[in-house]
Amino acid sequence: MPFGNTHNNFKLNFKVEEEYPDLTKHNNHMAKVLTKEMYGKLRDKQTPSGFTVDDVIQTGVDNPGHPFIMTVGCVAGDEESYEVFKDLFDPIIKDRHGGYKPTDKHATDLNFENLKGGDDLDPNYVLSSRVRTGRSIKGYTLPPHNSRGERRAIEKLSVEALTSLDGEFKGTYYPLKSMTDAEQDQLINDHFLFDKPVSPLLTCAGMARDWPDGRGIWHNDDKSFLVWVNEEDHLRVISMQKAGNMREVFRRFCVGLKRIEEIFQKHNHGFMWNEHLGYVLTCPSNLGTGLRGGVHVKLPKLSTHPKFDEILKRLRLQKRGTGGVDTASVGGVFDISNADRLGSSEVAQVQLVVDGVKLMVEMEKKLEKGESVDKMIPAQK
Amino acid sequence: MATQFTRMLAGRNTAVMLASLGAGTLATGYLFSDSTAAAERRMLYPPSADFPDLRKHNNCMAASLTPAIYARLRDKATPSSWTLDQCIQTGVDNPGHPFIKTVGMVAGDEETYEVFSEIFDPVIKDRHHGYDPRTMKHPTDLDSSKITSGVFDERYVLSSRVRTGRSIRGLSLPPACSRAERREVERVAVMALSGLQGDLAGRYYSLGEMTEREQQQLIDEHFLFDKPVSPLLTSAGMARDWPDARGIWHNNQKNFLIWINEEDHTRIISMEKGGNMKRVFERFCRGLKQVEQLIQERGWEFMWNERLGYILTCPSNLGTGLRAGVHVRLPNLSKDPRFSKILENLRLQKRGTGGVDTAATGDTFDISNNDRLGKSEVELVQLVVDGVNYLIDCEKRLERGQDIKIPSPIAQFRR
Repeated sequence: MPFGNTHNNFKLNFKVEEEYPDLTKHNNHMAKVLTKEMYGKLRDKQTPSGFTVDDVIQTGVDNPGHPFIMTVGCVAGDEESYEVFKDLFDPIIKDRHGGYKPTDKHATDLNFENLKGGDDLDPNYVLSSRVRTGRSIKGYTLPPHNSRGERRAIEKLSVEALTSLDGEFKGTYYPLKSMTDAEQDQLINDHFLFDKPVSPLLTCAGMARDWPDGRGIWHNDDKSFLVWVNEEDHLRVISMQKAGNMREVFRRFCVGLKRIEEIFQKHNHGFMWNEHLGYVLTCPSNLGTGLRGGVHVKLPKLSTHPKFDEILKRLRLQKRGTGGVDTASVGGVFDISNADRLGSSEVAQVQLVVDGVKLMVEMEKKLEKGESVDKMIPAQK
Repeated sequence: MATQFTRMLAGRNTAVMLASLGAGTLATGYLFSDSTAAAERRMLYPPSADFPDLRKHNNCMAASLTPAIYARLRDKATPSSWTLDQCIQTGVDNPGHPFIKTVGMVAGDEETYEVFSEIFDPVIKDRHHGYDPRTMKHPTDLDSSKITSGVFDERYVLSSRVRTGRSIRGLSLPPACSRAERREVERVAVMALSGLQGDLAGRYYSLGEMTEREQQQLIDEHFLFDKPVSPLLTSAGMARDWPDARGIWHNNQKNFLIWINEEDHTRIISMEKGGNMKRVFERFCRGLKQVEQLIQERGWEFMWNERLGYILTCPSNLGTGLRAGVHVRLPNLSKDPRFSKILENLRLQKRGTGGVDTAATGDTFDISNNDRLGKSEVELVQLVVDGVNYLIDCEKRLERGQDIKIPSPIAQFRR
């Protein structure tokens, strides 16, 4: 249980095979990797704040997974989790992030000027553009593990940092627990409000504890830059706007992130980052850039083309419905975003989205004219 | 049975004995003294930083937990390292309903009720209508021969049922147990149940291994319990590792049923169609006694003490843990404005036929005892028997156009 090293030493009185979880019906990254021997090796370890291997894997034990979707099945409780439980996390990271090795280095590039183009995606097709990432604040444990005191401290520091922003980033914080009904309705209409997690993937990892204590939403007056506090990560940072100027979205994203980071660093609580894993976040799937840059784009013809999925794969992109992960597309409109997180930089990932979406819109126009797109199918990026 | 469990059991029994002798919470509570960063974190965040915001909460825990109590208890732990934060997590996560007052806390092991008695005692008093664990004793009586008039008119009573729970001493409770402990509970229970004979002989169906056909059969018989979805239970960690070491045992006659590792180590249910509550209770007591004997032969016992009776996960189930009830048709009485008051004075509660929090269908109600702690099993079942007979009498009178009376209220505890 994620409250500190409670119960772990007591469990060591039992034999490994008595405690080892039954993963025979499981299909997630953790279950593929965690053998009895590995479990035996890791079970008497704990991070300095008391996070144990059972805490790491609980969500994966409780959620065997779907035969078609491969979930990660484990979370970190603090920055040190990725070190202390390296034996478990490294192979999972390798499997999830396209072969990323324990010796590989991750490049961070938040220089928006390095992005080529991206300001001319056709608004007749590209309805909206968005970039999101997460950030963890050094010196605090992560959402699966933190106590109420820590979570509140994270909120306090985050609010101080955010409310000190000015210019295009001037904005307001709305704590979840004291939001008025009017504020709530407004935030729902703006598609900003996040709700208490219902997904068992998150609740079994302890991330919904004490809801809504210490949680809130901050956004700038323009409603184009938005930060979630204490949901699945310490901070989720989102830049978005209607139509297809991804370049502007990314600019605002990078500038805003840098400004926020400077303020946290002044308080001696910079972001969790290292040169192997990049930005450290709760779920191993979000390591590296933690970045999902994407658009809502109309592709009614291309999406029914037999090679659509192959095209996406080669462009290193993924599709989702417009309701987000695990939803279906409505009216031929898809959410298209980068598939990679670790091993390439922010600029590189957004570049893939910009170039890939541009290409697919061209293909869609060709299909509208009844022409073939076979020659346009790209090589594997 | 020379396993590691015996050795541990010896140690824990001593702690429990000390506890029940009232050696005080300091004797049985362990203060964290590890020198890791976890301890540093605790220093960095004093109890006031961690005290939950309970202003919008309406449960027994929130009504009793003050910052002062929290400060004294936050850094304590039971011998198996269960903490106050873990006890109250479910109550923090579930503020409650404006009309229904939930308990809002659970025990992780037997010692919880001692180490954290400063908060559990007032919650118990609140929930159990003034039962004071510091001064009162709970009577246990499973002699079913004492029940009188325990056969109801079957034109009104459709079915009769008695349920309770039992915990295996020495093993942590569902919110806290590790996989190994849960598997041990399953082994101990299944081993004992396999020793039952005659009308109690039956078999075990492990949740994880049952076939689809067995599953459908158990659903059709209304026996199958599913993974808890209620956030009251999931926030308390009771659904972890599902369905590992969970299962259902029932006898061949399908009127004696045990749930293993759901909300408690074991839930024991005796039921049958019709109105023969006396026979249902007789089988209940006989079955319980036999199971207890079978586990005792192997060196195990149930968690029990004279302060709190049978120890279960939720404080609401302490004492007898017993809910004895019937499904009864009361078309006229249920429409009478005095119905609720009659139930209240008889110390009975009504539920829909789907169980707690369901609405009644038609005129059929689930009527059962309100109390769990402070009265014995025999007293509670007799109370249900007498009460239901009274309700049926009222129903018959109303049918005949005669008037009914509200009975005087039944006394709460033996003084």
